Amino acid sequence: MIEIKNVSYCYHKEEADGRINENKVLNNVSLTVHEGEFVAILGHNGSGKSTLAKHMNGILVPETGDCLIDGLSTRDEKKLLEIRSNVGMVFQNPDNQMVAAVVEDDVAFAPENLGVPSEEIRRRVDECLKIVGMWDYRRAQPSRLSGGQKQRVAIASVLAMEPKYIILDEPTAMLDPKGREEVISTIHRLNRERNMTVVLITHYMEEAASAERVAVMDDGEIILDGTAREVFHEIEILKNIGLDVPQATELAFMLREDGFNIPHVITVDECVQAIAEALEVKS
Amino acid sequence: MFKDVIIGQYVEGNSFIHRMDPKMKLILTLLYMILLFSVKSIPAYIIATVFTLFIVCLCAVPFKLILKGLKPMIFILLFTAVMNLLMTRGEPLISYELFGRFTLSVTKEGVRIAVLMVVRLLYLLIGTSVLTLTTTPLKLTDGIERLLKPLDVIKVPSHEIAMMMTIALRFIPTLADETDKIMKAQLARGADFESGSIFRRAKALIPILVPLFVSAFRRADELATAMEARCYHGGEGRTKMNVSRIGSRDIKALVIFLIFAAAAAAAEIIV
Ligand SMILES: Nc1ncnc2c1ncn2[C@@H]1O[C@H](COP(=O)(O)OP(=O)(O)O)[C@@H](O)[C@H]1O
Ligand SMILES: [Mg+2]
Repeated sequence: MIEIKNVSYCYHKEEADGRINENKVLNNVSLTVHEGEFVAILGHNGSGKSTLAKHMNGILVPETGDCLIDGLSTRDEKKLLEIRSNVGMVFQNPDNQMVAAVVEDDVAFAPENLGVPSEEIRRRVDECLKIVGMWDYRRAQPSRLSGGQKQRVAIASVLAMEPKYIILDEPTAMLDPKGREEVISTIHRLNRERNMTVVLITHYMEEAASAERVAVMDDGEIILDGTAREVFHEIEILKNIGLDVPQATELAFMLREDGFNIPHVITVDECVQAIAEALEVKS
Repeated sequence: MFKDVIIGQYVEGNSFIHRMDPKMKLILTLLYMILLFSVKSIPAYIIATVFTLFIVCLCAVPFKLILKGLKPMIFILLFTAVMNLLMTRGEPLISYELFGRFTLSVTKEGVRIAVLMVVRLLYLLIGTSVLTLTTTPLKLTDGIERLLKPLDVIKVPSHEIAMMMTIALRFIPTLADETDKIMKAQLARGADFESGSIFRRAKALIPILVPLFVSAFRRADELATAMEARCYHGGEGRTKMNVSRIGSRDIKALVIFLIFAAAAAAAEIIV
């Protein structure tokens, strides 16, 4: 269980005139992620999503409040490696998170850091590359891979620590639609088949709609937290802070405003069905 | 324009040299360099030539690839040749009066030294190319780390050096691509890198270097975070996926080299 309790955080920036400028990025944030959950975090640029993510594996330590991973506080330096090996993190730019010039060596990096014996590292590297479907590319150079493939390698590199939780900070932001689909389906498969707990930070509404649970951040606070269906029902609030809702939801909403009898939907399939039913009733 | 850079251009293969332990390959490369710089007589050069051809054949990398790697070095080779031709005193072959004050002369000794120097550098480049073409960058840095390990007692940061090299090798293609991209972007806006004085051309590079450095710092920052997130905490308690040990193959290679070296030394003494 990841427990974020009343966490606040500021970045201190020194201005040109020597003043220290405090930039409060997280404001009394609380969020609990249970085992096996798939949570999406939404929010526009600068709302503090990445800062929150970096609290979950102790890269940042809260100014006030606490961040507990399976009961271990990220303030405890001695437990930091244990926490980080349990909470894997994938970042936005696939190029800037690969250390080695060969795919399998990159996947081996984390278990090497943890002092895992050689044969066990070999086993994990093979297994993780197979899970993400990149085993055929194990000897390839990262610079020769597509964006989606690089991100899948990055996921494998994190899985090699055998973590319980995996946090992905806008992993699809720099990918084309095909790469996005590859990455998102890989994450869902991990959650479904391996019961991996996933926290997916994204600004694609369709990706968020596919999560069980969605939390919305605005200006350092979590303003909505619930199932995807509940959260996307708050169309007014989301529009107010400049976020969209999935296109299907939006279409259903607009039709409803125009007097059609269409329920709240979040996926395209639901939307198609709802419209078909509405048309049937009419004729 | 960066396609000729050979660093890290490993060529997959299964030759005797490919399968050698990187530590031994590094040691032998070093010994080979020492040998090249200690031979002076023609017979010893012939022995060095035979040895160089021997390793080139043994490494099973197409000779074309090795030559391709030499291309960027042509300037250095030419420079060495010209300097040696003009700077060596001795019996003049051709003389040329410059402004009626200086005499530039090519001497017999100059020709000899220039040829030997160029051959020496050429062999050196071929030898190091064979090393980098048959050894993956990771094995190479790993070998360096292991060779430097004993120096930890005198505070040589062997792990950090190896890690720096690994990361540099990983990012060379990325940054080369990026430089290409920035250059094209600037060209598209009418930048001109090819004409004008050296000073003008250097100035034209500023709009390339500034964005390149900015991006390199951002990359470094993100990479450091990503490494930390993957439990990197220095070399302490680290293990390796592939551990290679010096085996009978490496001993064989060492013996072969020593035979050639002894032959070269004998040739030096006899002549
Ligand atoms: N390393 C940093 N130093 C100073 N300010 C930062 C740093 N990282 C982020 N910020 C600031 O914190 C705010 C939130 O950033 P971030 O957590 O990255 O938001 P998000 O990921 O939601 O876009 C932004 O206003 C950003 O400018
Ligand atoms: Mg962010």
